Amino acid sequence: MSRRGRGILAGVALAVLGVVLCVALLDLPRVGDAPKTYGDNAVALSQRHQTAEVVNFVTYDLRGFDTLGEELILFTAAIGSAVLLRASRGERRDEEASEREEERGPRTADALRAFGAALVGPFVLVGLYVVVHGNLTPGGGFQGGVILAGALLLVYAAGQTVALQRLRPMPLVEVAEAVGALGYALVGLGGLVAAGAFLDNFLPLGTSGALLSGGTVPLLSVVVGLEVTGAITLVLSEFLDQQLIGEEQG
Amino acid sequence: MSVLPYLVAGWLLLVGIWGVVNSRHVVHLIVCVSVAQAGTYVLFLAIGWRAPGAAPILGDLTSGGKKPPPVVDPVVQALTLTDVVVQATVAAVLLALGLQAHKRFRTTDPDGLRAIRG
Repeated sequence: MSRRGRGILAGVALAVLGVVLCVALLDLPRVGDAPKTYGDNAVALSQRHQTAEVVNFVTYDLRGFDTLGEELILFTAAIGSAVLLRASRGERRDEEASEREEERGPRTADALRAFGAALVGPFVLVGLYVVVHGNLTPGGGFQGGVILAGALLLVYAAGQTVALQRLRPMPLVEVAEAVGALGYALVGLGGLVAAGAFLDNFLPLGTSGALLSGGTVPLLSVVVGLEVTGAITLVLSEFLDQQLIGEEQG
Repeated sequence: MSVLPYLVAGWLLLVGIWGVVNSRHVVHLIVCVSVAQAGTYVLFLAIGWRAPGAAPILGDLTSGGKKPPPVVDPVVQALTLTDVVVQATVAAVLLALGLQAHKRFRTTDPDGLRAIRG
């Protein structure tokens, strides 16, 4: 089908979909009026479980089992991307990368390189802070893990490709990802053994506002942080490798 | 305010699909998928909102056994988090596929990928 024909067909179909969506959406309770039964119950339960951050209480305690599935989605997708991208990776990438770096050197301003290197430490610190305070403040394992993996991208943006090659021992990244996924399942099994239900909150609840409050919530936040850091680092590294190969071919 | 977020959600979905249909570059196509998916975030947050829109973070209020303040619905916010994670993984896998397709067919135009060659 020609581009034009496809555009017309899509336009008609989307117009119909738009009308149907409008009718359906306008039939919903007005914004702010929808019943919040589940939300209110979650807030009350969160209070009882001494978890100050209700969203993470829902994620790691109430819906802990769904989060296990979510974590495995990330795990599988990271492996899938890595397999797809590795299929075409060259063997000589380390030495190629050093040559690339020599060529790259002049293109990256010294100020940017220094600034990037100086920011890595604070980045890692913020990432760790967000991961371990998941039960108290917005954030948690997923968000903090992405910040931690972002520190790696910062090294790349600063043009230090060779430092990057040394900085990310791939077996370690893969082990971190696997340990994160396994740790979550083990905490779940701990609930099964100690409290009689998979992922039940079996640890002492502590006092809300303390670093170790909310029972398993901070623990699960940390293992998820480990898994996310591993997964995102893996995916970013594979894409960066493609970039290096691309430069080499182009 | 009362229906605007719903309309924004629907609009994002439609614009995203329109972009996918008319895309001439695989990366553009993947970004359009993300835009369509962003509609679900807006819809979720709109369903969970209520005045005055306090964040579902309890702070010290839990210790005194006081009644919780009216906060926005934390359950839909947690669902949005799941949604964001899924969207990120979908984007990663699609980008990897796009790179492989570019290597194989030497084109970034989705229309150039229609012939499946062995």
